Amino acid sequence: MDTSAPVIRLQEFSKQFGLVTAVDRISVDFEEGEFFALLGPSGCGKTTLLRMIAGFETPSAGRMFLGTDDVTDLRPNRRPVNLMFQSYALFPHMSVRGNVAYGLEMERLPRADIRRRVDEVLEMAKLSELADRKPDRLSGGQKQRVALARALVKRPRVLLLDEPLAALDKKLRQEMQLELKRLQHEVGITFVVVTHDQEEALVMADRIALMRAGRIEQLGDPKTLYEQPATRFVADFIGVANFFDGTVAEGGILAPPHGVLRGTVPGELSQGDSATLTVRPERIFLKTDKPSEADNAVRGEVIDLAYHGSDVSVHLSVANISRQLVVRLSGEETYRPGQSVWCCWNTAHARILA
Amino acid sequence: MPDRAGVHLAARVHLRLVYAFLYIPILVLMVLSLNRAGLPTAWTGFSLKWYGVLAESPAIVSAVRNTLVVAVSATVISSILGTLLAMGAERMNRSSTLDALLFAPMIIPDIVLAIALLSFFTLLNFTLGLHSIILSHVVFNIAFVCAIVRTRLRNFDHSIIEASEDLGAGRFTTFRRITLPVIFPGVLAGALLAFTLSIDEFIIAFFTAGPGESSTTLPMRIYAMIRFGVTPEINAMATIVMFVSFALVLLSQRIDRGSTQP
Amino acid sequence: MRSRRLHALLLATPGLAWLVIFMIIPCLIVFFYSFFERGTYGGIDYVFTLGNFARALEPIYLTIFLDSARIAGIATLIALLLAYPAAYAITLAPPGRQSRYLLLIMLPFWSNYLIRTYAWIVLLNREGLINRGLGGLGVIDEPISLLYNEFAVIVGLIYNYLPFVILSIYASLQRLNPEFREASEDLGAPAWRTFLRVTLPLTLPGVAAGGVFMFVLSIGNFITPDLLGGGRVHMVGNLVYDQFLSARDWPFGAALSMTLIAIMLLLLFLQAVLVNRAQRDQGPAHA
Repeated sequence: MDTSAPVIRLQEFSKQFGLVTAVDRISVDFEEGEFFALLGPSGCGKTTLLRMIAGFETPSAGRMFLGTDDVTDLRPNRRPVNLMFQSYALFPHMSVRGNVAYGLEMERLPRADIRRRVDEVLEMAKLSELADRKPDRLSGGQKQRVALARALVKRPRVLLLDEPLAALDKKLRQEMQLELKRLQHEVGITFVVVTHDQEEALVMADRIALMRAGRIEQLGDPKTLYEQPATRFVADFIGVANFFDGTVAEGGILAPPHGVLRGTVPGELSQGDSATLTVRPERIFLKTDKPSEADNAVRGEVIDLAYHGSDVSVHLSVANISRQLVVRLSGEETYRPGQSVWCCWNTAHARILA
Repeated sequence: MPDRAGVHLAARVHLRLVYAFLYIPILVLMVLSLNRAGLPTAWTGFSLKWYGVLAESPAIVSAVRNTLVVAVSATVISSILGTLLAMGAERMNRSSTLDALLFAPMIIPDIVLAIALLSFFTLLNFTLGLHSIILSHVVFNIAFVCAIVRTRLRNFDHSIIEASEDLGAGRFTTFRRITLPVIFPGVLAGALLAFTLSIDEFIIAFFTAGPGESSTTLPMRIYAMIRFGVTPEINAMATIVMFVSFALVLLSQRIDRGSTQP
Repeated sequence: MRSRRLHALLLATPGLAWLVIFMIIPCLIVFFYSFFERGTYGGIDYVFTLGNFARALEPIYLTIFLDSARIAGIATLIALLLAYPAAYAITLAPPGRQSRYLLLIMLPFWSNYLIRTYAWIVLLNREGLINRGLGGLGVIDEPISLLYNEFAVIVGLIYNYLPFVILSIYASLQRLNPEFREASEDLGAPAWRTFLRVTLPLTLPGVAAGGVFMFVLSIGNFITPDLLGGGRVHMVGNLVYDQFLSARDWPFGAALSMTLIAIMLLLLFLQAVLVNRAQRDQGPAHA
């Protein structure tokens, strides 16, 4: 088998609903064995895209390849791809065992084989004791494990997950994020997860496609998306970002009244073009006296502090920026509302975006 | 002004009175059916003789048989058609015309439907008999079955259909193994309701039965008994019919929990 | 997907076809009959006329329509007054028990209509229980005429439809968000005031719906006035019955039916408008 070929290739995949374009000519490759996240705000088309891969929506244009086979026109029940539904969609009239066995029964496997594989999967998902329960007597977390088990028992080439953790409470969600990641490594198949939670995507995924209005805004691994966002949208969606708007000048951007803020100007911009400089909260440090050695410094007045336990975020009012400046500090230095300070950062940590 | 507790007490007492109002007439009939004298003038002792009279009356027995034939046939037909209709209706776009059409049989005055059907059959020179009653009963039965099954379908998480397909099942297998079992309690409850309505229905049967003993249903016979001379065995008849209705409704409730609405 | 709609249509067709053939078409036939004349031997003379409708508006028939409305109206009003406290009492019961209470209310409703009406013949006649009871208590010297009059018909209508009205008021009370009442009390209103100014207005749509529905069913009722009215109480249902069976004037009977249906549709439409307006004014109540 050619392991360098992507397990799924989407070519110019599009979907129109009447006049609305939900998915706009998306081409992307999903690699064998990777954990891929489709991230974006609601309405960006990520769920539609996932459903098209599963086969529940037919693309208005474009082709989909599973390995070397063109599966665009294949019905969902014939695709070696399985979907874990957001509502879990467990069959209410069947027990846990019945639910998990269903997919194998569709494959017409011999009874004994089905039983063996179901037992294996139930064991792995720690559901063996609940095997004879009906879905209405399961907790949210248990239902989710059943939904997963039901899909995985069929050993699909790709597992699609539609907002798998949305229905869980925060603590459980954090546990399940790592659990899913571990599971994916253990099983070794490609997972494609749809989520609107950027933190979740950063934790779980090997690669993330951030979508916006039907297009992929940026595709890359979590570190790249966080530290080198390609556009303002990406910088703002992933994590928290501070923005200074201005015009391109020598060595940076001119953002009055702060003067020139230094940074690397992207090639496609020229002198005088409008641009934005972005810097992450944890890269800014505060000084009461004006520092001489810092690359960049702007004056700000402390508005509020938010205590996060492990650290503190300081919100400052700074001249001529649209929102409050957010700075993340370790919590050992204290600042008072009304205090006037200098906010500083190194040029290396700033990015200039078009 | 009375305080909250006083108002609540009054309401509760009122409810008991309402229950009394609803059930005393029924109880009176039941007690009378056991009165040897038969008529409410005097209680002459406990007796089951009127039940015996019923069982031996050929007119009654034939009416019961006819009623069962009509009810079973109408139920079977309307259960199938009503369920299919509910499934189709739920998949179509919301249409108030469709909803009105499905609601109409339940609200149209039965006398109007009765004369309409009589006119229809007469115009076509259609001979009347048990079969015309059956055809007529299906009309309102379909509406009830459809309403009940539709409610069940609405609470149906549609993604389990997609899940079934995703796991490899074809359309028919999905229907057989997923859709049908999940809506079945609703279908059964609807069928029981249809059966109950059919065995009790009088007016439409009266108009569409045509002449002759062979197409007289039990309600028609009961009407004749009431209208044209009250004889004592009618109390026994009433009691039996009541019990059967109650049993059927309770059974229907058991099957389709969570639906006290007609 | 186009096939989905086709699929839905295929499923619905047999049922729809049945309704069209055995309900719509017969009703259309009645509609058309109302415009024709009665034939000499009781058949139909296919001569177009509006005479049937004109006749329906004549004083004797108009009186019957008005009487039917009056009787149905009185019965509905009394039923509403009886039903509201009963429904309210059910909502006071522990949540698990409520459906059982409701079931007990609804059971009589599902039993045979003839039998239920007959029970009142037994109770109301001159030698019936009520007269004997009253006589025994010394309240009356001679049995009073409780049967075969309007009183009996009204009692019969109330008895038959009360469960249904209780159910619909209950549903409306159930849907009401308890926070409305709590807010009213928090703002200082005593219980009865809260009821008058908050609970009652907000549950009015359900009450109205139940009331209109019962009124509509009562007006078109045939059995109750027939059995309990003893030939002295004429409602629209009896009239239609007579035209089709004794008078053999099908076109006139058809015209009367059409008029009845028109009145019903008007009332239902009004009710829908009221319910919509009330729901819009209230905003979302309890989900």
